Amino acid sequence: MTDIDRASVGPIAATPIKRRGGAYLLWIFVPLAVLGLAIAWLVTADPLSSFRNGAPPVEKLTFERTILGNDGIRVLLRAGGSEPMTVAQVQVDDAYWQFTQDPPGAIARGGTAWIHLPFPWVVGEAHAVRVVTNTGATFDHEIPVAVPTPTRDSLSFVSQGLLGAFVGLLPVAIGLMFYPVLRRVGRNGMNFLLALTVGLLAFLLIDAFGDALELAGEAAAIFQGPVMVVLAAAASFLLLMAVSRRQGTPSGLALATFIALGIGLHNLGEGLAIGASFASGAAGLGTFLVLGFTLHNITEGIGIAAPILKVRPPLWSFAGLTLLAGGPAVIGLWIGSLAYAPQWSALALAIGAGAILQVIVEVGSYLMRSDGRGSRSLVAPSTMAGLAAGVVLMFTTAMFVKI
Amino acid sequence: MADIGEWLRDKISRRSLLAGGLATAGGATICASGALGQTGHAMHGGASASGPTPAAPHLAAHGAMITVGDVDNERNGFDPSAMLTDWETGTVSELPDGRTLRTFEVTAEDKEIEIAPGIMFPAWTYNGRVPGPALRATEGERLKIVFRNYGSHPHSMHFHGIHAARMDGVPGAGLIGPGDEFIYEFDARPFGCHLYHCHALPLKRHIHKGMYGAFVIDPDPARHPEHEAVARSRQLGTPENAGWQEFVMVMNAFDTNFDGENEVYAVNTVAHAYAKRPIQIEQDKPVRIYLVNVVEFDPINSFHLHGNFFHYFDQGTTLTPTLQTVDLITQCQAQRGILEFAFTEHEPGLYMFHPHQSEFTELGWVGMFDVVGAVS
Repeated sequence: MTDIDRASVGPIAATPIKRRGGAYLLWIFVPLAVLGLAIAWLVTADPLSSFRNGAPPVEKLTFERTILGNDGIRVLLRAGGSEPMTVAQVQVDDAYWQFTQDPPGAIARGGTAWIHLPFPWVVGEAHAVRVVTNTGATFDHEIPVAVPTPTRDSLSFVSQGLLGAFVGLLPVAIGLMFYPVLRRVGRNGMNFLLALTVGLLAFLLIDAFGDALELAGEAAAIFQGPVMVVLAAAASFLLLMAVSRRQGTPSGLALATFIALGIGLHNLGEGLAIGASFASGAAGLGTFLVLGFTLHNITEGIGIAAPILKVRPPLWSFAGLTLLAGGPAVIGLWIGSLAYAPQWSALALAIGAGAILQVIVEVGSYLMRSDGRGSRSLVAPSTMAGLAAGVVLMFTTAMFVKI
Repeated sequence: MADIGEWLRDKISRRSLLAGGLATAGGATICASGALGQTGHAMHGGASASGPTPAAPHLAAHGAMITVGDVDNERNGFDPSAMLTDWETGTVSELPDGRTLRTFEVTAEDKEIEIAPGIMFPAWTYNGRVPGPALRATEGERLKIVFRNYGSHPHSMHFHGIHAARMDGVPGAGLIGPGDEFIYEFDARPFGCHLYHCHALPLKRHIHKGMYGAFVIDPDPARHPEHEAVARSRQLGTPENAGWQEFVMVMNAFDTNFDGENEVYAVNTVAHAYAKRPIQIEQDKPVRIYLVNVVEFDPINSFHLHGNFFHYFDQGTTLTPTLQTVDLITQCQAQRGILEFAFTEHEPGLYMFHPHQSEFTELGWVGMFDVVGAVS
């Protein structure tokens, strides 16, 4: 034993400390060996056979994507059962329908398969897809309003880009245009604006977290939606905190950039969700709705402008901030309209939520520093008023877009 | 009050934050990749979905609205096509008083059956098949049904017919536990198209799990001098009866997910069986169908014949039709009757039949008669 240690770590191994280090290494293998033995015993001796009570395997199927096209309906299934699952038959609107499965055969736990049904669906009407497994269990998927799924053609690419610009880029740009006016405010006005930013961010935080959890609930159980959302939010918060504190606490343009990034990440998740719901026909796109989103997001531009009021950033930085905060909405719409699965929208929103939390912390700490009164400035009347104004503004404008 | 800003600046070191962030991010990534990692090997054996079936004439009529694949009749132990004409006549002996004694032997068994391609159903069966054997006797015979319960639950045979209370098959009168045996004895009357089913409780479950079958009593021509020829044509084994093409059809359905609604409808259990393998009809021979409805959960079922009309004998207890020249009849649960029609004047071809509840049709209960010219 000692010889082996010596041989492996070289001449320095003679010191007692190094010898103990070698022994510790052994303890990596002992637990793994015990685990291996336990698995081998479970598989060969089957000591848990008494738990087998004749119950059929647990079956779970999640519908992740639905594509309606000229050739019928395609759905992407993800299996989450205790054993591989077999799709025996598929009904559409309570009628057995011919289908093809790709790849064919049983779907492994966590695996996916496309089901293609040459079904003559009707624009604007509802359809229901029901999968019957080999055990007779059924899994239902509702298509609330059937509309053709956008394809990757250039026309829809442009029109979705335009929509994204309207709900993402334009409002941020409009908000930033208040910059010259906002520059004239005094200390209380500054506190008000920064608190307004915190208020609007707090609204977005709750909104994004709620939406992320809701979307996570639609995702397959294997993704452990709520845990994934919390972990992703915590990770993005901590990572951004670490990055932003690399050169002291951020202020000025750096802080504005972080705000834009947080809002941008949130807009990415929102774009994904909006794109997906339009693609699935869950929401029709009215002028009123688009205007609502525009109005709703103007506040975001004001928030981004708040930390740079006392500095004079170059003009190009305004364009950069607008792109950073609003651009992701365009990207989100593009991806989301191709009907991506709910877990990805949830993940994007969770990351956005973490980013927003980081910005709330940073804007709060910036408020205290710029005010000079420390934590007392947090409870100053102007701060309280700004906070309330931010939340109320977001809440009321959100009424235009919540359906 | 502590200065939060200062606390954030000083107490939290950048390194610890970064490490924490990476750890959480790493954890989330492992979760996600663990889920994705299994997508690669989704291929296992088992029932697979083949592409759209090439459109043979009898399949073209259903378009894409049909189940995919075929049921393994061998594994099931029964073939819906053979079942149409598979009559269980039991064993016959003579009683001291000269009457005929007909003895049937029926066992109750648990059995998993394939009711539509790839869909398995944990059925309770009579003689290992659903519907149970189609028992056939002649009016006035003494019947003896030896019933043995090899199933896992109490079962019985409740006959729709005339019999004593103690032969009724309800709890306390011929309902037996697993491993027990009971002999039902009664006279075969009245003649007609009847059924039997398990009357153990809860009734719904015992019926929809598969415990039912046709029970046909042929009229005794000697007792019906005014319609002797008709009676003779109904009596199995006579030359007159041989001039008919007789089929037994039990309209049934299965609630595969036990939510109180049927997922699969059929005649003689297997969805689309006669759509995929049409029933061959000789053009010059009249057709008689013994039709029984046992569908659970839905109030009525029906039978509609394409391109033709038929005479209907409700419950089959008359020798003259109760309905003449109809192309649709409805039956509530346990209602049954005899349909008589002919394709003599028709051109050969495929004639569809289905219930006119479109939902049942689209969920598997549809078939075709393939009328062919006289076989030389």
